[in-house]
Amino acid sequence: MAKARVKVPKKAKKGEVITIKTLIKHKMQRATKDKKTGEPIPRNIIHTFEATFNGKTFFSSKWDTGVSANPYCAFTHKVQESGEYEFKWVDDKNETYTAKAKIEVA
Amino acid sequence: MSKVRIEMVDRREFLIIGGSAAAALAALSSGALAELKPDDEVGLLNKITKGAAPAEGKVKLEMPEIAENGATVPLKVSVDSPMTADDYCKSVTIIATKNPTAYVCNFQFTPDSGKAWASIRIRMATTQEVWAVAEMSDGKFYIGKTTVKVTIGGCGG
Repeated sequence: MAKARVKVPKKAKKGEVITIKTLIKHKMQRATKDKKTGEPIPRNIIHTFEATFNGKTFFSSKWDTGVSANPYCAFTHKVQESGEYEFKWVDDKNETYTAKAKIEVA
Repeated sequence: MSKVRIEMVDRREFLIIGGSAAAALAALSSGALAELKPDDEVGLLNKITKGAAPAEGKVKLEMPEIAENGATVPLKVSVDSPMTADDYCKSVTIIATKNPTAYVCNFQFTPDSGKAWASIRIRMATTQEVWAVAEMSDGKFYIGKTTVKVTIGGCGG
């Protein structure tokens, strides 16, 4: 359902600070009422985002309803060694979306 | 006659008791509400800084001057910090002062982040001031502010 896209450089120098861009397809539904039927629509937003490198979390973010639909988030990482990134998003229905990317230190 | 007097007393007593109870309840609920839902930007700021006044500077908040579409407004925040193990920026909280929910998001950095920098897109209900509150590893707080003019609000659905 939700589709995550991440952009990580393939190679980096040791100690280089790289920028990572992430994008995920999600409605970020606020708690509201259906305009026609008046039935309540429960809140369903991604509330937690986490970025880990070789198992260690280096950046995380908590989101509320003020974050746009299809949330985009960019941040940095200081690369010391080759390894694998794992990105994780969790929404109100407790659905977890993940994405992975590898980087090589020359 | 005597019956009327008793009723009068009863009513007065009732009013006194009822009035004070209502006042107590109001005081209690407003206090409890403020703690549970700090939608108000000043209350939210105080909750983050635990009452301390954040200093201006160090935090750079970049947003467009005019946003045509409030549903998605780009935001970039950076904090002037060496990001070493002993001296780094721990977190940045974004507050949209006139949104129905002032709290927008919070970024948690580590020395591995390399830079205290993040970019996101936010919803804005109306023209307003946006605050970025940074918490440093030494416990100090800094604040950066910017104003965005919103042509069409992004919270109406």
